[in-house]
Parts: sequence; C-alpha cells; structure tokens
Amino acid sequence: MNDTSNENILEVDKVVMAFGGLMALFKPDFSVQRGIIKAIIGPNGAGKTTLFNVITGFFSPTEGTVRFKGQPISSLKTHEIADRGISRTFQTIELFGNMSVLENVMLGCHTRVRASFMAAGFCLPGARRKEKEIQERAMKILRFIGLADKCNDPADSLPLGEQKILEIGRALASEPELVCLDEPAAGLNETETHVASSLIKAINAKGVTVLLVEHDMKVVMNVSDEIVVLNYGQKIAEGPPKEIRNNPKVIEAYLGGDT
Amino acid sequence: MLRIGKLPISTFAFLIIIFPWVAHQIPGIEHYTDVMVFAGIYSLITIGLSLLMGYAGQISVGHAAFYGIGAYVSGILTARYGLNPWICMLAGISVAGAVALIVGAPCLKLKGHYLAMATLAFGIIIFIVFNEEAEWTGGPDGMSGIPGLSIFGFDFDSVEKYFYLVWGFVFAAFVFSVNIIQSGAGRALRAIHSSETAANAMGVNVSGYKVLVFVYSAVLASLAGSLYAHYLNFINPATFDLFFSIKLLIMIALGGMHNLWGAVIGAGIITFLNYEWLHYFEEFEVIVYGAILLVVVIFFPDGLAGIPDMLKKRLGKH
Repeated sequence: MNDTSNENILEVDKVVMAFGGLMALFKPDFSVQRGIIKAIIGPNGAGKTTLFNVITGFFSPTEGTVRFKGQPISSLKTHEIADRGISRTFQTIELFGNMSVLENVMLGCHTRVRASFMAAGFCLPGARRKEKEIQERAMKILRFIGLADKCNDPADSLPLGEQKILEIGRALASEPELVCLDEPAAGLNETETHVASSLIKAINAKGVTVLLVEHDMKVVMNVSDEIVVLNYGQKIAEGPPKEIRNNPKVIEAYLGGDT
Repeated sequence: MLRIGKLPISTFAFLIIIFPWVAHQIPGIEHYTDVMVFAGIYSLITIGLSLLMGYAGQISVGHAAFYGIGAYVSGILTARYGLNPWICMLAGISVAGAVALIVGAPCLKLKGHYLAMATLAFGIIIFIVFNEEAEWTGGPDGMSGIPGLSIFGFDFDSVEKYFYLVWGFVFAAFVFSVNIIQSGAGRALRAIHSSETAANAMGVNVSGYKVLVFVYSAVLASLAGSLYAHYLNFINPATFDLFFSIKLLIMIALGGMHNLWGAVIGAGIITFLNYEWLHYFEEFEVIVYGAILLVVVIFFPDGLAGIPDMLKKRLGKH
C-alpha cells in the first residue's frame, strides 16, 4: 500500500467501555482515513468524550480494540500513545496556567525532542541546543496560530477563545499524525468560532488528520469531510455531512422520537 | 517563569566564600561559620524538596528518614567496618535512592497526596528502626566514633574547611537543579504540577518524572546526612524524627517553594533560629515555628523569595 491517501490511520473496532453497569460505549465501529477531518457528533452523554479518552489511553476499553496505523494501542499508556503520534485537546481547558504561552507550546514538543534529567542537570551542550530548537519550533507554531505576540503572557491570562486556540497549538507541537479536538468551539463567540474553524482547516491542509467532537453544527458541517453519529454509546450513522443532515435516525436522536 | 541568572549565582558564591572571614572579624558571631555548616547541610535537603514540592507538586513528610539513612549508612560502615567515608557516602546515596524508588513508585502512580501519607508512615518506621536496631545503630544513645572526612591526605578538620566542603556540595546541587528546572525536564515537572491530565496527553511520562524527582530529592537528603555524620562524628535517632521532616517543610514554605533561592534562604533562616535565636523560647520554640508557618502561608504564600515578585505586581497595578 504505497498510496497512503486511502490508508486508515485510526480504526475503532467494537469498543465497549463500561463503568459498572453503565455502557458509555457499546461497540461503535468506524475508521478514519489519513488526511481527512472526521467529526463525531451526538446528543449529550452519547459517549463522544469517552471515546476520545479511550483513543488517547486515559481509559482502557472493557472490550474491543483501537488501532493506530494498523497497530493496536488500547493497552498502551497515555504518554506512549502521545509518543506514537496522537495528540489531543480537552473539552474543559487543561492548559498549564502557571506557565507562559510559549512554554505551553514548548511542552507540547516534549515527545519529539527529549532532554534527559542527567544531560539537563550537567547542562551538556546537546541539552542547550535542544532547548533552542524547541523554542524556535514553538515560536513557529505560535505564529501559525496567531499568538506569537503573547508568547510571554501567562497562559491563564488569555481570553477563553485564545486559550482554546493555544490548546490546539500545544497539541500540534508534538507533530502528531492525528489530532483529537474535543469541542474546540465550545464557549466561543462567532468571530472566535470562525477563527477556530479556519485553524482546523489549516491544520488539516498541513496533512494532519483531524478527529473532532463538536456541538456547533455550523462548524461541523463546514469543516468535516465525514461524520460519525453516536447515541447512547452506539454508532447510529456515518457518512458525509449532506447525508447525515437528512438522516432520519440522526434527526430522531437529536429532536426526540415524535417529530 | 523564574530564570536564575549567572550573576546572582556568582554573587551568592562570592558571599559564601567570604563568609568565614567576615564572621571572624565581627566579635560575637565567630561561631556563625559553624551554624552555616548546618545551614548548608539543610540547604542540600531543601533544594531537593523544592524541586519535589514546589516544581512537581508532590508532598513528602518523610525526608528526615532519607537524611537519617545517609547518616547511618555512613556512620555504620565507617565506624564499625572502617570503610572509606567517600565510598560509604555513595553507599548511603544508593540505599536512599533505592528505598525512595520502592516507596515512591507505587504511590506516585496515583493522583493525589498518597506520597504524603506513605512518606509520613515511612519516616516513622525508619525512626523506630534507628531506635530499636541498637546492635547496628547504637539505639537511642546514638553512635560515636564516626571519622572526619579527608581527601588525598587533606583533612577537613576545621570548621572553615568543612564549611567550604559543605557549601561546595550545596553549590553543585544548586546549579544542577537550576539546570534541570530550566530544561525540558523542569518544564515537564511544572506541567505535572499544573495538570497531570494534560501533561500525560502531551507525552510526559508523569509517574516516571515524579519518581525520578523523588529519588533525586532522597539522594540529596542522604548526601546531607552523610555530611552531617562526618561533621559531628556522632549521630542519634532524635535528629531524624518527624519534627525534623516538618521543619524541612517550614524551611521551604518560609523561603518559597516555587523558587530554588527560597530553599537556601529558608534553610538558612530556620537554621539560625534553631541554633541561635530561639533559645530564649526554650520549650515554646514549636509555637514560634507554628506562628512563622501561619504568617507565611497567609501573607506570603510564595515565601520570602516571592516577595520581590509580589511587590512588583502590587506596584505595577498602580
């Protein structure tokens, strides 16, 4: 398979995630092709964030597997999965508030340019060069997401919209092949939402596959190539935005049975 | 973020170098050099604790135990078996590091303050061992006959010489720790403090780093213990009790745990209070420590080292 455009970068295979008697996920099945933007939608409690937590290793699934580039990753630890090339953002912002904007992005480079405790402590020349390299790379990302002029501000001093953008920037710093964005537009005003949408497209244009959970349908319909719909932990539909919009099952899930 | 520049470090080194000479010139404080030896020994421990608590956000209430392990390994191996003190120092470090790994690894996998609980219990257990294993440790009476230190025929046999030896170690530990803080590893530690979830997702091996920095702080405490044993030539268990662990926490809280300078400043001030300025209070000493901790936590949460920044912020607002 030399043609990577048709390769599945991520496969979610009959994943079950049970918390006691509660089935947060019940065997949703889908795959994500390399290079596309795929959205996961569904009503509240459908299992979207749980699915993200399973993919990124915060939960290990009760049954089923997740494969990344053909390799099962369900048994790996979160940081090992990040190492393999999956990065994410969080629904509730999880920035390092006590660190500067630049340092947040620099931390994102952690998986790519690693400095050992000893090398750092003895201040070996290699360690210093690495630091410089990381800083340059982080600045490049800040220019890309438009936060370069705020690089020295503490991360928690940014307005919400910029914090969300910064989280995306930090996720990009690890040079992921797949980035999982958990409600990047939640709580944003219209202008900020527009910025977030164009950023998602720009990331994708750089060749990064995007998996997106989002409630703002305008954003979802605008950016995504394909959509998976979850309801009560099960997949109820999958397809391009146009199809999903008119799918009766989806309409029922969102608006209730009587319509 | 706090950059620690070369200028303050060299100024600090200079002040330390001239200290014995200055103390010697002023009548009444000649013995301050001796007190400063202890300040240096405590600084070694607080530098490690600062990294562990201030940067990585993990609480240890049992560092007196690692300090004691260093002291007793050095003491027992030199006084009873006549081994080379420097080798014994390394042995102490290895034992303390290994023990820290065993104690730290299981509880640092968990989120929350399990390390504080585990180290609390661990500290008490080690204290009991020092008291009860009298065959090895001499029990509550302590053990004497621990030799002084010398290297290539040069004896550290005066207070001044030992002062420079101890502060040389402090200086090395300080620079090493500053380098760590200002590297990717230090960034990872602060990230862990801020959000373990996000640090994990960014590929930081959270439990690995926590264990690493815990072991590092234990190693420094053990080194301090060995230096203590060879300086006094005598050790007894009372030095390594729970109250000393708490004193260490007061030191870094007073100095400011988010800043390595705070570790040294806090250790210095508490040492002088302990050995010099609090005799007047006798049994009520503990109350003074409590009051200090209270005032610091309420009015200077970032400690003495945080005051310049606090003032800058206040003034900046007007």
